[in-house]
Amino acid sequence: MASDWSDPRPMSPHLQVWRWHATMASSILHRATGIANYIGAVAISVWIILLAFGAEGWVAFLFEGWMAWVTRFGLIVLTYCISYHWLNGLRHLVWDFGKGYDPAGSNLRSYLIIIAAVIPTALLWLNLGA
Amino acid sequence: MSDYRTPASKVRGLGASGHGASHWISHRITAIALFCLAPVFVWMLAMSGAPDPLATRAFLASPAGAIVTLLTLTAGLAHMRTGMLEVIEDYIHKPFTRTLLVLGNTFIAAGLWLITAFALLKLAL
Repeated sequence: MASDWSDPRPMSPHLQVWRWHATMASSILHRATGIANYIGAVAISVWIILLAFGAEGWVAFLFEGWMAWVTRFGLIVLTYCISYHWLNGLRHLVWDFGKGYDPAGSNLRSYLIIIAAVIPTALLWLNLGA
Repeated sequence: MSDYRTPASKVRGLGASGHGASHWISHRITAIALFCLAPVFVWMLAMSGAPDPLATRAFLASPAGAIVTLLTLTAGLAHMRTGMLEVIEDYIHKPFTRTLLVLGNTFIAAGLWLITAFALLKLAL
């Protein structure tokens, strides 16, 4: 955290002085969607535990009335986050083999993955008739 | 690729965490597992009739449902523990706060894994 920084020497350029670009956005999105997936995995695990012990009544309000739409919206966002993290994670595995570092291609793949993650999300939810 | 690492950093062979490569490797192993499992689990759960309690319980109790859920849960919780660990080690520099968060992260992942696995076995067996 910045508040801990006591070194008086100049600091290397950081987030606030960088112009936004595709590869930066896709890197930050990878962390952000990872954290969202963490929260989603905790929620699904807790739900499985409640189901096993017949205590799902505690969270029944999540699926009733207008709350059902909030829950559905949250799950659609989670589906996008899983799709994005899955696609960009594949890219990370390719990087591990030392491939895919060219600047122009990196920019293109960043845009492609951000957009392509909509496809599995849409396929799943259109199948559910949401 | 250019090399930005200092000679001292190379000799130590350590990253931000201050210890070796095991997290990096296990993070890749769980990533490859999830690459195969996540789409199958998400699709099966979505098509199971969830969130209806009876339909979801029947899905979790079925052999295929229980096995896929248990595999995805195991790889998923291990992957999210090492992933969150990396985030904590990158952004939290105060040793005490960092230790607390690392500990909490491990307890959430390990505790949730054991309890959810128990719940799944209870439903399926």
